[in-house]
Amino acid sequence: MKKNIAGTEVDVNEEGYLTDMSQWNEAIAAAIAAEEGVGALNDAHMKVVRYLREQQAKGAALTIRSMGKSGVVTTKELYDLFPGGPLKKSSKIAGIPKPVGCI
Amino acid sequence: MSTPDDKQPVKKICIIVSRGSLDGIYPALIMANGARMEGIEASLFFTFFGLNGLANKTLDHMKVSTVGNAALNMAMPMLGMPMTMPFPTWMGALPGVSAFATSLMNKEMEKLDIPPVREFLELISDSGGKIFACKLAMDMFKLKKEDLMDRVDGVLTVGQFYEESTGAGTHILFT
Repeated sequence: MKKNIAGTEVDVNEEGYLTDMSQWNEAIAAAIAAEEGVGALNDAHMKVVRYLREQQAKGAALTIRSMGKSGVVTTKELYDLFPGGPLKKSSKIAGIPKPVGCI
Repeated sequence: MSTPDDKQPVKKICIIVSRGSLDGIYPALIMANGARMEGIEASLFFTFFGLNGLANKTLDHMKVSTVGNAALNMAMPMLGMPMTMPFPTWMGALPGVSAFATSLMNKEMEKLDIPPVREFLELISDSGGKIFACKLAMDMFKLKKEDLMDRVDGVLTVGQFYEESTGAGTHILFT
């Protein structure tokens, strides 16, 4: 379905995840972050978001463990940056699909 | 008929870990980590043989229990054989079978990015999950707090564990 986020018409699924990551921009990220209660995005958030997009483009499966080992962010920082669902919320903000793994 | 209560989300999960085999401890670790990833609070309470998973001397060497395990046929696909291939329970008692099953399972878990026990406990602790040991079981097994891995948040009595488990939306799981 279509949704207007930050003035751009994008395709999203029923949970609000972008279905086409190429439609993403930083204004969209900021709008989703506000909606998810993450608040204003700073450099640390954006570092994670950019890393997630790179990994998704490569087709890598993302886990909380691989994030902690990425060197981009520690597990603790990831939980602090995206409270209430570190991988789910950061993925949504990054405009990539919801992670499907259990780890 | 649905009432608003039906929609009450799980807010906190308190998991009692009573078994000390590799296959006995992993479900609890996976459920606790999965809870934190969903924004659900998580506490692990290790009791009885579950303490094997917290003791520094043993937690890096936990084994799959093969004796009396009637479901070892489940591991057959890891060897490229069908899941229906029988694995008689008496074979589980043969020397080396538990070690072999353990190395097989560890390898499969690594492929799925499931961390080893120590790293898993650190991951859960870093994510804000709490790790507790049962005082009574500690006394019984002659263990002291310093014998346990450094992420243990405390040694609790049963009463303290129930206090830790208060609040609407809290669930207790026994594994």
